[in-house]
Amino acid sequence: MNAALLPLLVGLPFLGALLVLFAPLGDRSLRRLAMLFALATAVVGGFVFCCFEGNASGFQFGFAADWFTLPGGGTTRLALGVDGLSVLMVTLSALLVPIVLVTAPGHVHKRIREFLFWVLLMEAGMLGVFLALDLVLFYVFWELSLIPLYFLVGIWGGENRIYATIKFVLYTLVGSLVMLVGLIRVALAAGTTSIDELVVGNLPEPVQHFAFACFALGFLIKVPVVPFHTWLPDAHVQAPTGGSVILAGVMLKMGTYGLMRFGLQVLPAGAAAWGPWLAAIGVIGVIYGSLLAWAQRDIKKLVAYSSVAHLGFVVLGVFAFTEISLQGAVLQGVNHGISTGALFLLVGVLYDRMHTRRLTDFGGLARTFPAFAVLLIVSTLASIGLPGTNGFVGEFLILFGSFAERPWMTAIAAVGVVLGAVYMLGMCREVLFGRVTNPACEKLEPLKPREWAALLPLVALMLWIGLWPAPLLDRTRVVCAEMAARIEPWLDGEEQAALPREPR
Amino acid sequence: MIPTSHALVLAALLFALGVIGFLRQRNVIMLLMCVELMLNSANLVFLAAARAHGKVDGVMMPLFLVVVAAAEAAVGLALVITLFRKRGSLDIEDFKGLRG
Amino acid sequence: MEAPWLWLITLLPFLGAAVNGLLHARVLLARAAGVADDPAGERLVAWIGTLAVAVPFALSVLAFVRLQGMEPDARLLTASLGDWIHSGTLRVGWALAIDPLNSVLLLVVTGVGALIHVYSAGYMHGDPGYRRYFAYLNLFVGMMLMLVASDSLLGLFLGWEGVGLCSYLLIGFWYADGEKSDAARKAFLVNRIGDFGFLIGGFLLFWGDAGTLQLDGLNAAASAGTIDPGTLRLAALFLFLGCCGKSAQIPLYVWLPDAMAGPTPVSALIHAATMVTAGIYLVARLGVLFAVSGILPVIAIVGALTALFAATIGLAQRDIKKVLAYSTVSQLGYMFLGLGVGAYSAAVFHLVTHAFFKALLFLGAGSVIHAMHHRQDMLEMGGLRSRIPTTYRTMLVGALALAGVPLLSGFFSKDEILFLAASGDTAPWLLYLMGLGGAALTAVYTGRLLALTFFGKPRFDEAEVHVHESPRSMTVPLQVLAVLSVAGGLLGIPFVMHPLATWLEPVVGEATAIARGAEHHGSHALEIALLIVGGAVGIGGLVFGLRRWQGDPAAEKARMDRLEGIWRPLANAWFVDQAYERVLLAPLRGLRALCAGFDVFVIDGAVNAAAGAGRAIGERVRKVQSGATSEYALWFGLGAALLLLIFWIGGTP
Repeated sequence: MNAALLPLLVGLPFLGALLVLFAPLGDRSLRRLAMLFALATAVVGGFVFCCFEGNASGFQFGFAADWFTLPGGGTTRLALGVDGLSVLMVTLSALLVPIVLVTAPGHVHKRIREFLFWVLLMEAGMLGVFLALDLVLFYVFWELSLIPLYFLVGIWGGENRIYATIKFVLYTLVGSLVMLVGLIRVALAAGTTSIDELVVGNLPEPVQHFAFACFALGFLIKVPVVPFHTWLPDAHVQAPTGGSVILAGVMLKMGTYGLMRFGLQVLPAGAAAWGPWLAAIGVIGVIYGSLLAWAQRDIKKLVAYSSVAHLGFVVLGVFAFTEISLQGAVLQGVNHGISTGALFLLVGVLYDRMHTRRLTDFGGLARTFPAFAVLLIVSTLASIGLPGTNGFVGEFLILFGSFAERPWMTAIAAVGVVLGAVYMLGMCREVLFGRVTNPACEKLEPLKPREWAALLPLVALMLWIGLWPAPLLDRTRVVCAEMAARIEPWLDGEEQAALPREPR
Repeated sequence: MIPTSHALVLAALLFALGVIGFLRQRNVIMLLMCVELMLNSANLVFLAAARAHGKVDGVMMPLFLVVVAAAEAAVGLALVITLFRKRGSLDIEDFKGLRG
Repeated sequence: MEAPWLWLITLLPFLGAAVNGLLHARVLLARAAGVADDPAGERLVAWIGTLAVAVPFALSVLAFVRLQGMEPDARLLTASLGDWIHSGTLRVGWALAIDPLNSVLLLVVTGVGALIHVYSAGYMHGDPGYRRYFAYLNLFVGMMLMLVASDSLLGLFLGWEGVGLCSYLLIGFWYADGEKSDAARKAFLVNRIGDFGFLIGGFLLFWGDAGTLQLDGLNAAASAGTIDPGTLRLAALFLFLGCCGKSAQIPLYVWLPDAMAGPTPVSALIHAATMVTAGIYLVARLGVLFAVSGILPVIAIVGALTALFAATIGLAQRDIKKVLAYSTVSQLGYMFLGLGVGAYSAAVFHLVTHAFFKALLFLGAGSVIHAMHHRQDMLEMGGLRSRIPTTYRTMLVGALALAGVPLLSGFFSKDEILFLAASGDTAPWLLYLMGLGGAALTAVYTGRLLALTFFGKPRFDEAEVHVHESPRSMTVPLQVLAVLSVAGGLLGIPFVMHPLATWLEPVVGEATAIARGAEHHGSHALEIALLIVGGAVGIGGLVFGLRRWQGDPAAEKARMDRLEGIWRPLANAWFVDQAYERVLLAPLRGLRALCAGFDVFVIDGAVNAAAGAGRAIGERVRKVQSGATSEYALWFGLGAALLLLIFWIGGTP
């Protein structure tokens, strides 16, 4: 049963995608069919979350089958497994897809069969990325998750979608290819492609340094961090609401997940060597992203740049290398998915009604659209990390943990907390408060049931994680402690020489 | 006995003839024939080498090549016919659809 | 002692907020369906809101009684609900801890809070956001109680930011007015700057090696010397920055005057009686830590400066609420002055009495504004004494207490702080004189406020404004607070009784001993002399203020014009806002524009340039693809020849 769980998790959306593609059904039934598979996946995802053993080290629910033999003699495997690093992301991904599907009728009116196909295929790819325990399999899933987004933005996107799509795909493709170089280097040096062996083994130091640089570039583009971030606002602005939600909620987390899985676990020496620089880039991202978010006049672009700032925190947390900051980074990945996902949904709610995203076109919505106002305020508060919401727990743990290792950088990053309030409350001010200046704001259709269905679970999650994060923290505790311990010997120059090197 | 070098020189001449023809000719059928010429010059080299070294390997290769050439000629001529039906011409200058 | 029912104190207001919020949602739905509001609904909401605070008040009294029944050194009630955040060595629980210090604050918050809820029931009558208002107000009380009752710095921070949020929501309560929303945002942002200090201070303490965020643990670590002195000093300064934000001290006081945009009961509850005293509470709570850190002189100086500085501004304001706002800033300065000279219990004493009389004054001002149909300019009032007698009488009591007229509560608490400042170690006479100057100005602007509002002839059109006394739900809280403003002095009368100081002794005793040394400075003679001086200044200032501004407004205006050079800066609050705008905000906006330009032109420009370069190269190279088969063959042949040549020269295979 347990061994079948993860193949089921990846297989369900894949099967669903194929069925949706070929089933001779009308649009409504197709939507239902896709929803059925997405919900089933979410249930399995929730099951994995609940059954995950928090105190255990290593991968759980392991599944492995031989795949093909490499020229060098190694064997690649179809291997899946979940540990504390991935379990939250797996659950979040499985959860966000039904939310995207439930809101889809609001903004997807053409080529519905294809839309559902791509979304489900992307879900399979994303889940595969988090679950893969083999380098080659990981790479396959990594690329598999990219292609559907290309079509999602390219077909159902806004006016300038082609530019955004090509920019986004080229950017990530460059990253993936550089990553592939690192991947091959690692596989050659280690003589194996299985991640569960790599995360405990030790590669020669020069290999680690080189491979880390390759991996990091790929992941940093995906995250994205300054200065590789400019694809993100364009992609977000042009993407349909559902695409934005998945992009912000899950795709970006593939980058931070990769940084931890490959950067810290597989290549600790490389991470230790490059760590200070990357942490600095994270801090720059926090401040720079915040300032840019503040400068935006397009509400979706504002939220997109706020993502850059939030993920700057995560990068800082990852490369501060302390148990607490790592837990914060993992948790903040989830939090960002929830609160930014909600913000994108809310922007979509407005766009579906008013067909504009310019801040100056709104105003006074608190009176004319109160339910929306409440949801926007709550999401904003979660986004700026008010205690009692999820954003606080993640951001606080990152800053708190990072402060032990990098006090100056953390202090600068903490300024971002102030700036976050500046631009987010600025947005609320322009959208919700003041007088109604645009007559279009006067008569807005109330929130539809499907919009409630998408937003309420997210709001509930914000409060739940904010008030009682223990279930999440308990599941990430062991792996973060192990990661911190694994990198510890490399941080100090003298101990490095004494580290045992397994010949591989 | 004819020295090997003679056969090689003949092969080189045939090959050069094929190359020049391929570059200069405009009729597609002529091009195909030039290709055949080049292939057969290669056959000649194989045979000459086989005789010089007294091994049978070199005799095997032309047999393969003859089969390949036959297949190639069949496919090539089929294409030529299709082309002529579509375009009404066999002048290679008329087929520049791949220009960048 | 374990007392799980303490959670009721903090959770009931949250429950009230939730219920009222749902009621608000129901009304909105009904309104959307075209149904008019049910006037009877307001009563229910007011009852729920008030009970959600009154019951906690009763429970707070119970907690107080329980504590009293214990040994003085063992007075502690705790309640825990398990872990909140647990990661690595950081472990913070959902836990409350009530000791004598915060039991007093619980009483003040719930007591004054309940009165203000009653008052609001009348004041907000007929407002379309009635339910929303009570939901916010309940939420605020809940957050404030979390702040006061938490046993850890992080739990305190939850309340700290939570009250900031409620303050934001309530200042911007009438959100259709953009200016009010801006004021709300300003309050939140300035507080966030303080919160930044709070966070960094907390980090420094934990990693510098207190290893805990429990409040008692931090005090213990400080007194045991486990925290490196340099780190401790820095951490205390950062924490104090947080206090400056929340308690509106220089340099972060600028949000409080603008916060007056909110409904007046909110100003009374949040911006006078409770939230703004959070900073004082924090310093008192971490009294030992602050005392050991050695930054108390900084606190004292900032407090004294603020007390004096804000009082000067209060002198020249026309808006009745603005006067009270600057007065609050100034009074908070006194409390910090008290803390800064190690007079912890005196500071808390002033906190309590100030909560009474300032809440009274704000509510009285609210009653005046209510009577004047939402006019707040004192130059358009006058002669209200006989028209709204209850308001006048109760406000008079509050004003006397604020001015420091002998035998009222403010007199005792303020003069205790001044005496302890004069007998302290840090520049005693300078601090005392600054404090006394502030006290004199306080008395003057209080007299001015009374004179302009209640005395003289009416300066408004009586045909247009029908002045009317407020309903009983508003006047009864005024009367209760007036009694408290008088009786509050009983908490600490020099030479006679010190119930509050005795009560607080187990909590702040150690800190006081560290800050002021074990032996008492200052003689009884000095104390008596200062009491007399203080009383005289209070009465004198008040009388001066009353007489000076009672004359006819025309003459007043002429006089003001003559003193233009002084009045203009005062009336404009010394142009601090404008200075911040120029020195801080404008450069920040410049940086923002710079970054935005950099992003578009440099970073994205580089990306697009790379793409453009690729395209341009392709544009050139595409010509090679001529489509002519023979040409391809030529290139092919040349390439093959080149390879052969290379192999020939290189000699490899």
